Amino acid sequence: MSEFREDVSIVLGGAAGQGVQTVEAILTYALKKSGYHVYANKEYMSRVRGGINTTEIRVSSRRVRAFVKRIDILVPFKKGTLSWVKDRLGENTVVLGEKENVEEDFLDKVNLVEVPLTKMAMEVGSQLYLNTTAAGLIVGLFHGDFEAVKEYIRKRFGSKGENVVEKNIEAARNGYDLGVKLCEDGTIGIEVQKDEKVREEVLLTGTEAVGIGAFAGGMNFLSFYPMSPSTGVSTFAAQHAEDFEIVVEQVGDEISAINMALGAWYAGARAMVSTSGGGFALMSEALSLAGMAENPVVVHLAQRPGPATGLPTRTMQGDLNLVLYAGHGDFPRIILAPGSLEEAFYLTSEAFNLADKYQVPVIILTDQYFVDTYYNLPAPDVEKVKFERHIVEAEPGYRRYELTEDGISPRAVPGYGEEVVVANGNEHDEWGDITEDAELTIKMQEKRAIKKLETIKKNAHLPKLIGKENAKYLAIAWGSTLHVVEEALEKLGREDVALLHFSWVYPLNPEVKEFFEGKVLIDVESNITGQFAELLKKELGIEVHHKILKYDGRPFSVEEVLEGLKGVVE
Amino acid sequence: MNVQLPTGRELFEPKRPGSAEIAWCPGCGNFGIRNILISTLAELGLKPSEVAIVSGIGQAAKMPHYINANGYHTLHGRSIPIATGVKASNPELTVIAEGGDGDMYAEGGNHLLHAIRRNPDITVLIHDNQVYGLTKGQASPTTMKGMKTPTQPWGVFEEPFNPVALGVALDASFVARTFMGYFKESVEIIKKAIRHKGLAIVDILHPCVSFNKVNTYAWYKEHTYWMDDHDPHDREAAFRRALESDPLPLGIFYIHEKPSFEEQVPAYKRDKTPLWKREPKPELVKKFFEEKKL
Ligand SMILES: Cc1ncc(C[n+]2csc(CCOP(=O)(O)OP(=O)(O)O)c2C)c(N)n1
Ligand code: SF4
Repeated sequence: MSEFREDVSIVLGGAAGQGVQTVEAILTYALKKSGYHVYANKEYMSRVRGGINTTEIRVSSRRVRAFVKRIDILVPFKKGTLSWVKDRLGENTVVLGEKENVEEDFLDKVNLVEVPLTKMAMEVGSQLYLNTTAAGLIVGLFHGDFEAVKEYIRKRFGSKGENVVEKNIEAARNGYDLGVKLCEDGTIGIEVQKDEKVREEVLLTGTEAVGIGAFAGGMNFLSFYPMSPSTGVSTFAAQHAEDFEIVVEQVGDEISAINMALGAWYAGARAMVSTSGGGFALMSEALSLAGMAENPVVVHLAQRPGPATGLPTRTMQGDLNLVLYAGHGDFPRIILAPGSLEEAFYLTSEAFNLADKYQVPVIILTDQYFVDTYYNLPAPDVEKVKFERHIVEAEPGYRRYELTEDGISPRAVPGYGEEVVVANGNEHDEWGDITEDAELTIKMQEKRAIKKLETIKKNAHLPKLIGKENAKYLAIAWGSTLHVVEEALEKLGREDVALLHFSWVYPLNPEVKEFFEGKVLIDVESNITGQFAELLKKELGIEVHHKILKYDGRPFSVEEVLEGLKGVVE
Repeated sequence: MNVQLPTGRELFEPKRPGSAEIAWCPGCGNFGIRNILISTLAELGLKPSEVAIVSGIGQAAKMPHYINANGYHTLHGRSIPIATGVKASNPELTVIAEGGDGDMYAEGGNHLLHAIRRNPDITVLIHDNQVYGLTKGQASPTTMKGMKTPTQPWGVFEEPFNPVALGVALDASFVARTFMGYFKESVEIIKKAIRHKGLAIVDILHPCVSFNKVNTYAWYKEHTYWMDDHDPHDREAAFRRALESDPLPLGIFYIHEKPSFEEQVPAYKRDKTPLWKREPKPELVKKFFEEKKL
């Protein structure tokens, strides 16, 4: 008998186009509705059919939000899956599925629990029901709520007619009964407690958290050119464009996308572009324009490994330097990198107020791992989102680039007020007209690159300290690695190790320095050079003592971070 | 030039300190285009705050500084997507994208192609002096074959770009060509272009007295003629005219009325309010989360 308690990691593997996502969707939905905490993340190849894609689903008694390497139950839908995940298989891994999908050389090494999924599907009428059978099977192992499975099938297949719905329910039921039986006959034992509160929570992906955060922040314009893994946010916006009454346009290239967004902000809209590193590279010219013209803009950049086209469907925190330094000349920008889905919601909405207020580019850095991750969470509090508009009326004598103490000029928009608004990407006077005057150039450079930057720094959010203030060791993380480091620290269970997580990445508030004093610093990030550690050095003169870096295009697992931390503190 | 300027022009004469000194060479055709544009806006009865001129980079693109209207002097070649964003965010504005032939046809060529497909309700004015002015006389996409320049000392051998034929071929909504030496006619054409709903492209020939010694005022007068008998709704005829090269036909080549970009985006289906006046919709965000509980 194979037993799993409290926290089960299930991995589904199959070819692109084989419908693994249907299984994933049904069972996360049904298990969450049954009151289990769920987490899921997928890993996929850059191809539309074939290959091997996997999804990890954690089902747990308590909140889980991070990727683990460990596989408790593996469901292969295709031969080759075991080889693909072989370094994740352990002594306790149960392979649940059909013998045909297990490679020869694994047969005598793994704990195979044969379930005749194809045969069961055929009995219902067609191989097509394989996915729902498998989904039912897993929900059955957890004695989940079968009503929820039915409900999901109705929602998903309803448009295909009653017959399809009924057949799928029947297939799921057969799978479910088999799952229950496997537990009852002692083949597999699972003990995970339900948490009633989970039922009232929402199930959200990183993509959705960014997308709905943008809507909450008043985004009403999105222009984009598709690029993985950022496209989901644009798709999300397009699908809600009618309800939210916004402009969403797929344009000819990233250059057009960001320039259109700049025009939209100039006219007073709240615009965003969603892209990835390669697309952002093309946008850097317009980023400079935003800097010089003090034109607000919000950019969502979902990172994937580079350089160039890199690994299109994989993950890395490798574009920090790109967004820090993109554009020529000196001008401020704000870089945000949410660690949790809540943060993605609140920060993305806030990004629009920040762009509006400081009139700078605000970049939201996520990555493939983050946008493709989902878990249950209490619905974010929409009331907490403040809509701050910083637009003034252009009255006679209005000057777009008026010199002010804090470096922020009142921004008017064309058509609001009698006076005209002249914006300019050339060096300019206070009215916006071209200048080559040396003294004025100095003033304008100082206004943008120093005064305004100082104002932003003073108001920059501080990082979040998780653990004891007086801990000897301090792990440093930014963006999407929040939960994985957090869970590794819990597993490590040492009071003298704390975590400092940055979701406001740049510019850094000078007060940040205090967090580091007298500590052994361990930088954890997903790139080869430690780009954030370099930033700390450059901005605050902080030298980290150890680096735990990962750069194979895969997300950090809890086990890997734990190993890394142990290597330092033990 | 001895022409009667309409009233209302003074509204568009800028009084900002930086507008006083105009950086165009004495005798340049850009002055004429400025006069034409100001008269056109005045005749249309617009107010400066209702007009937004988005320009790229080049001598031509300095226009926003020499006129009293909302203006955005942007990047080389990028005025079209920026103007598209402005119009789509506030359809109440009259939006003009302006630049030279290098700006619009070389660096910005791709944007022009896609703007034709998208059909935003903006007017694209190209100051076509057949040369790069600001960077001192290199060949532009419309430079005629054989012309020698500092960077093409052997004489240009590339085929010149034919913006009018391109516009007709891609089924642009409005395509015209004029020569700035014809004041009244140019005002009429640009008025129609601005009034036209959808993308309007006007190629405006003008001499560059500093760097183009071939295409002078006299040359343009001699090598152009007005199409008096042309039906702009006849696409085939428009295409035939567009292929004529000497003399160059002037006038409106092609008009195809069709829905504009802003008319089709969901943002304005129920509500015509410009985007800057709109607020977020927290109730819809809450509804989204409610649905995500299920
Ligand atoms: C990205 C970029 N590349 C090149 C330049 C240099 N540049 C400035 S104006 C110009 C060409 C201008 O020619 P045209 O658009 O025909 O305008 P004109 O000056 O003749 O009115 C060039 C190449 C620039 N400013 N930006
Ligand atoms: S360089 Fe040519 S186009 Fe430019 S202002 Fe001088 S004459 Fe006019």
